[in-house]
Amino acid sequence: MNKENIKAHKFGMVIDLDKCTGCGSCMVSCMSENNVPFKEDESNKKDSITWMRVYKLTNGKSFPDTEIVYLPRPCQHCGGKGDHGHSPCVSVCPATATDYGYDTGIVSQIYTRCFGCRYCMGACPYHARYFNWWDPKWPEGMEKYLSPNVSPRMRGVVEKCSFCYHRYQAARDKAYYDGREDIEENEYQTACTTACPAGAIVFGDLNNPAHRVHEIVKPDPHPASNNPNVVGKSRNPNVFRLLERLGTNPKVYYLSEREWVRKAGDNYLEGEWDKIKNHHGSESHG
Amino acid sequence: MDSALIPEGANRCSFPKFAVGIAIVGAVVLWGVYAMGLIWWKGLNQTNMNDYYGFALWIWADLAVIAVGGGAFFTGLLKYIFKVDELKNIINFAVIIGFICYSSALLILAIDIGQPLRGWFIFWHANVHSMLTEVAFCLSCYFAVLTIEFIPNILENRQANKVPFFHHLAHNMHGVMAVFAATGAFLSFFHQGSLGGVAGVMYGRPFAVREGLLIWPWTFFLFTWSAAAFGPCFTLLVTRITEAVTGKKLVKDNVVHLLSKISGWMIITYIIAKIIDTIYWATVTVPGLGFNISHFYSNNGFYGYWILVTEILVCGVIPGLILIMKSTRENPTLRLIAIVLGVIGVCLNRWVMVLQIMAIPVLSFDTWALYVPSWQEVATTVLPVAYGIILIAVTYRYLPVFPQEKELNRTKPVTE
Repeated sequence: MNKENIKAHKFGMVIDLDKCTGCGSCMVSCMSENNVPFKEDESNKKDSITWMRVYKLTNGKSFPDTEIVYLPRPCQHCGGKGDHGHSPCVSVCPATATDYGYDTGIVSQIYTRCFGCRYCMGACPYHARYFNWWDPKWPEGMEKYLSPNVSPRMRGVVEKCSFCYHRYQAARDKAYYDGREDIEENEYQTACTTACPAGAIVFGDLNNPAHRVHEIVKPDPHPASNNPNVVGKSRNPNVFRLLERLGTNPKVYYLSEREWVRKAGDNYLEGEWDKIKNHHGSESHG
Repeated sequence: MDSALIPEGANRCSFPKFAVGIAIVGAVVLWGVYAMGLIWWKGLNQTNMNDYYGFALWIWADLAVIAVGGGAFFTGLLKYIFKVDELKNIINFAVIIGFICYSSALLILAIDIGQPLRGWFIFWHANVHSMLTEVAFCLSCYFAVLTIEFIPNILENRQANKVPFFHHLAHNMHGVMAVFAATGAFLSFFHQGSLGGVAGVMYGRPFAVREGLLIWPWTFFLFTWSAAAFGPCFTLLVTRITEAVTGKKLVKDNVVHLLSKISGWMIITYIIAKIIDTIYWATVTVPGLGFNISHFYSNNGFYGYWILVTEILVCGVIPGLILIMKSTRENPTLRLIAIVLGVIGVCLNRWVMVLQIMAIPVLSFDTWALYVPSWQEVATTVLPVAYGIILIAVTYRYLPVFPQEKELNRTKPVTE
């Protein structure tokens, strides 16, 4: 591994939607790993906390042409316009309670500094940020099973997926102890990645050509020719990002061979998709 | 009973009648305070906000009171900097209304945040890139300026003014008020603007995002302009309501006509800019992001094109035209219609720029999210209104708020 990669990681993931079965293991493992609180009645999804949320999409066609896809949505860890680190949420937080790690590409959330204005939630188009409307309550005895590596959050603050940052810290500590300068690909994997029984989630360093995520995504480090705000566009024609046109530059990529699924990743004017689809992926980059 | 406190030569209702009025409105205040207590004690789960509606009724109320409170800075700017001397007859009241609006805004913010005891983090850990940081600094500083502008009026109370120190302090503060008016106008420009910027910089929300000048999106300038335009409408409306409640003429027609005329021209110029902004946004900005304008006004049970037409045409163009034409401006009924429409218009604009943004789906597979506030949210939103009524009642009763009152009501019999 060369020095440049050691200096600037850019952790990200690619989720193969054609492999995802919608089983929800990623959601469960995420909640368990990160001490995500839950309510007695979780039927109102608009105030439930799900760092990883699985959406169900259909192609809108009637039987027998109906197709369904499940789309897991963690925090997209946006790099912001031009990938300069001014993510939609980071740039608006008035108290610097959410920050962009230029060494990892991870968008952090500092719970003890957040005062609960919720501007970041309004700014995030992915609804990846959640507010603690209640104090966390664990069924009796369950508090003994909480992860000691992740602090539970109090009422009145915002929380979100951290790409299991504590696992990164642990891996880094181990590498330091072993006298190594950097961590290996398999030493830092998110809980959702390891829990997915279908192996649909691939996580790693998008800056490291040796990592699988880089091999699949083939991110273009140059700004897109038709939108200078977009950087890191995939050169794989089957890979896309959610709402890429907004210039948020997420580090979560999705993979599907189905055209309607790729189209669902963004918004297009009538007839626009047919013109644009050929500009996606490798074809647009020569 | 309290006649020694009432301005000399002014007619006021009996104290029991005043006390009953205050008690009725005070009951509403208590209702709001109870709701506020519940929210502080139990948390924001007392509201109907959710993860789609992080910003809701309170943020709208916050933006709306600051917009209509814009009459204070703009009237002060006209009076002290542009030397429009006739406005000295309404400036005290404009300042009091501004004081009520800004103190209400601060109170609402204190209720709205999830961790009220950490409210000071916005100053301590300030993120200079955030429009909300700019809002917090300018809003707090401008509230201090408004307090300074309000103090001389308080010191002119009949009893306070007998104290030589207070008398001279009030006199000297009046003398240097131009400095504070200029400071207030400067601060207001930025906090009204940054409130507009709060929406305009959200580039993940196509309905809100705007291009702009340097770091400021166009909404920054539109919010400042609209506050200066519609703020005086609110000052005039509250003056008219106060006149109706007291049964007295408090401000001469020439002052009202002048402020109406200035407001009218501000509205017309603002609404032209707003129309240009809307056309550019609808035809260039959002299509570039893959959206048709119809996406923002269809497929839901509430937000249709009616809201755009009402805001721009009914509550923008129409009041603007009424107020710039002498014949319609000087017709009391038409003028009242215009200022009411103007106030509704700016409040509607703030609603759209807060709640409609939250309601619209951005992900292609998401759906509209509508929301109805809880009674606790309503009570705490009504609270500042009730508090404002009480403060106006008390200041009107005990302070010489309207310099022309005595002259305009000289022949009226004393009721007390």
